[in-house]
Amino acid sequence: MNFPILSSLILLPLIGSVFIFFNKSSEKNRAIKYVSIFITFSNFLLSLYLWYIFDKSISDFQFIEDREWISGLINYKVGIDGISILFVVLTAFITPLCVISVISTIKYRLKDFLIAILIMESLMIGVFCSLDLVVFYLFFEGGLIPMFLIIGIWGGERRVYSAFKFFLYTLLGSVLMLVAIISIYWIAGTTDVQELYKIGIDQKYQNLLWLAFFSSFAVKTPMWPVHTWLPDAHVEAPTAGSVLLAAILLKMAGYGFIRFSIGLFPVASEYFVPLVYVLSIIAIIYTSLVALMQDDMKKLIAYSSVAHMGFVTLGIFTMTQQGIEGSIIQMISHGLISAALFLCVGVIYDRRHTRQIKDYGGLVSVMPKYAILFMIFTLGAVGLPGTTGFVGEFLILLGAFKKSFIVAIFASIGVILSAAYMLWLYRRVVFGKIVNADLKNIVDLNKSEKIILWTLAIPSIFYGFYPEPIFNTIDVSINSLIQTYNANLDIYFAGKN
Amino acid sequence: MENINLITSEIFISLSLMSLLILGVFKNNSSSIVYNLSIFTLFLSLLINLNLFSFNNFYLFNGAYKVDHLSNFMKVLVIVSGIFVMLSSSKYLKINKIFKIEYPILLLSSILGMFIMISSNDLMVFYLGLELQSLALYVLASFKRNDQLSSESGLKYFVLSALSSGLLLYGCSLIYGFSGSTNFDQISNNINEVQYGLTLGIVFILVGLAFKISAVPFHMWAPDVYQGSPTSVTIFFAILPKIAALSVFIRFLYVPFINLIDQWQTIIIFVSIASMVFGAVAAIGQRNLKRLMAYSSISHMGFALAGLAVGTNEGIQSSIIYISIYLLMNLAFFSCLFMLKRNDIYYEDLSDLSGLSKNHPILALCLLISLFSLAGIPPLAGFFAKFYIFLAVIKEEMYFLAIVGLLSTVVAAFYYLRVIKTIYFDSQTEKFDINHDIGLKISLLVSTVIILIYFIYPSPLQALISKIVIL
Repeated sequence: MNFPILSSLILLPLIGSVFIFFNKSSEKNRAIKYVSIFITFSNFLLSLYLWYIFDKSISDFQFIEDREWISGLINYKVGIDGISILFVVLTAFITPLCVISVISTIKYRLKDFLIAILIMESLMIGVFCSLDLVVFYLFFEGGLIPMFLIIGIWGGERRVYSAFKFFLYTLLGSVLMLVAIISIYWIAGTTDVQELYKIGIDQKYQNLLWLAFFSSFAVKTPMWPVHTWLPDAHVEAPTAGSVLLAAILLKMAGYGFIRFSIGLFPVASEYFVPLVYVLSIIAIIYTSLVALMQDDMKKLIAYSSVAHMGFVTLGIFTMTQQGIEGSIIQMISHGLISAALFLCVGVIYDRRHTRQIKDYGGLVSVMPKYAILFMIFTLGAVGLPGTTGFVGEFLILLGAFKKSFIVAIFASIGVILSAAYMLWLYRRVVFGKIVNADLKNIVDLNKSEKIILWTLAIPSIFYGFYPEPIFNTIDVSINSLIQTYNANLDIYFAGKN
Repeated sequence: MENINLITSEIFISLSLMSLLILGVFKNNSSSIVYNLSIFTLFLSLLINLNLFSFNNFYLFNGAYKVDHLSNFMKVLVIVSGIFVMLSSSKYLKINKIFKIEYPILLLSSILGMFIMISSNDLMVFYLGLELQSLALYVLASFKRNDQLSSESGLKYFVLSALSSGLLLYGCSLIYGFSGSTNFDQISNNINEVQYGLTLGIVFILVGLAFKISAVPFHMWAPDVYQGSPTSVTIFFAILPKIAALSVFIRFLYVPFINLIDQWQTIIIFVSIASMVFGAVAAIGQRNLKRLMAYSSISHMGFALAGLAVGTNEGIQSSIIYISIYLLMNLAFFSCLFMLKRNDIYYEDLSDLSGLSKNHPILALCLLISLFSLAGIPPLAGFFAKFYIFLAVIKEEMYFLAIVGLLSTVVAAFYYLRVIKTIYFDSQTEKFDINHDIGLKISLLVSTVIILIYFIYPSPLQALISKIVIL
């Protein structure tokens, strides 16, 4: 394969955004609408093709492109393995849906929004493809700018506060990662991930470096206690912004944990496992309890995101095949389901302009189609068997039981709590009698909303029943990841004794 | 005199300076001609300099004057920014009725002074260049004679600068006394042990230089002078003297006193950290954009000094990359500032930017890019500037400096974000004029585009600068 397919995936949306930027805005913005849908959709097809031609039987990186970039220091290097391909596909899958949602809901400065989304897509795909730490950092941090603008320009009342909080929190976490990346360059002589996997990083530096990376990923995940930016950002962001944030941005951190924390610092990862367990458990239980108390639907789902990501970090650091695979499935499932839930909230918010749970109730009698879809996603978030959520949580718990019984018990409590807050939310919003008279003439889903929500519902059920394609893709890579991890630990402990 | 051709551009600038002065005095209403001819002069001297670009390690006047890669590169930076400054500010001068013949002539003589500073290899020559540069700047700062703030800023700058020059001279005399020479190379040969008189001399000179680049704790003049001076002079202040002073910093610290690095390294680290932190924190309360940029430049100088504190060639090179990118970002920002004009009045308050993105989307986008770049957010050029600095700093395992520096960028990000918030999130006000002259548009466009696309291929600048090897 000489065709630079990964770079095309990264560049295509960027080219689209440049085109939209130079497009003279007409009254209906028809051209830019079609262009953005076309670009994101063809990017999705391209990513599917990539998944199709991806060789699932080898654990090495594939489709590698390696070009000189900062001469003598850093190469532009991209490539994917079984872990990253799914996130690339997820990103390319979610973005067209965001674009459709934006086109049908955003009334002002549509052009700017589309440009921001397309740039976001480029950067997010770049994050999952990059095989060089500096390139990774560039994509990882670059996403702050469009997201800041999305929250700040099209957000709700407290958008300025939320946008600032989002930006400064993530920046603060990330600058330490930059120090760590540069340190790695001088310690190991390269920032090429593939090389670093081979030569490893000196153990005496690992703990500090791990903490520096952790500070960035923990903020982005987000883990308790640095999760507080997320509810604010979610609540104030426009629907499409929330979707991007929940579905993809949060996954960058989970991906980073697998790719960098575990891959590069095995000894330190082992050392800090208890810390991650404790923070994850607190995240799962505490934020679930907080979610129970929320009056604002978006805030509730945001807190549930934190709890779900708690499962993800827990699963990753069990260092078992089941745990890590479960985490990846959980991330994908969360990407689909939380995106859908935010869209569901967006649907009724666009009609009634309130997100308070108490303003709704009895939607089932006026919006039956909406009620069905909302039900599917609620059950998905709860982790009902038959949805992807179940597969992920089940595997994570399996991995956790293998490692620590107590941790698994606590995590299981989180499963119960998630059922409590999600079903309670559903009951209050959809069931019951219509108390609020304004709700009587609320319209059911329109065409584009139906398309978006069903497109999200189908894979989350399909892969719930038949997760084989996903396992197929990630199996070999994760297996080799864990093997290298254990081998590294063995070497370390053998050296110690 | 051998090698006299190496100072062709200095000679050329001085000659055209005088002829322009004569032209301006004897011809009525010649300010426009003089202004354009000055730009032309700068352009020609840029060509001359580019011709001399490959000359390295040539000495003139018994070693008092040095032409090498450092001086060539810095001179080109000075000329390029001088050209852009003049291109972007002509309309501002006309509208504020300070479009006089003295203005370009003073600018030229200041640039000539900087040339001498940059090439100086001797304390006396360096001092002469510094004073030529500063004297022109005193007048420029108070060029808007009828304006109270402008006069105040000129006076303030003069008094404080004279004080720092005095300290600097005292330092020179101490160094001469203890080392027996004023020539940098000779000093380097003559000193072989730590002498406290010598250290004291270094400290005095560092104080003088820190004053010129407005590093904490010698920054007090900067906010007032930035705010009070005409904006066309502020942009000059923000860029050119810093390039010149930085190259003197490099030459002064690394040629004669590299063996005494233990003596001055701590000072530079302290000044660097203090500038980064103070510049970031103090800017938070600012409402005036020019004042804001003064604090921002204080903080940026802290980063440039962090590169110098390292004591390696990489450190020096990273500082030079930093100042080159800093130049672009400031140019972009101030060009935007020149566009905030409504009915012949220029606006420079934060609140005036409110809702700019709705009225002037392109201008707002340029500001957005330059501000995010100033904040050092990837993938814009400002990030790479910081990246190179920290690459050099961390190589020498100066983690404290690196972490403090990076944390201060987070604080600094806050006030840049606030400007962006005003532009993008706030409700709109009246529109500004859009009849800008072509020079301004060019300088805005060129600088913004370079900032934006720098990340695609950062190697050329790096390759150019990696030739500058001092140690």
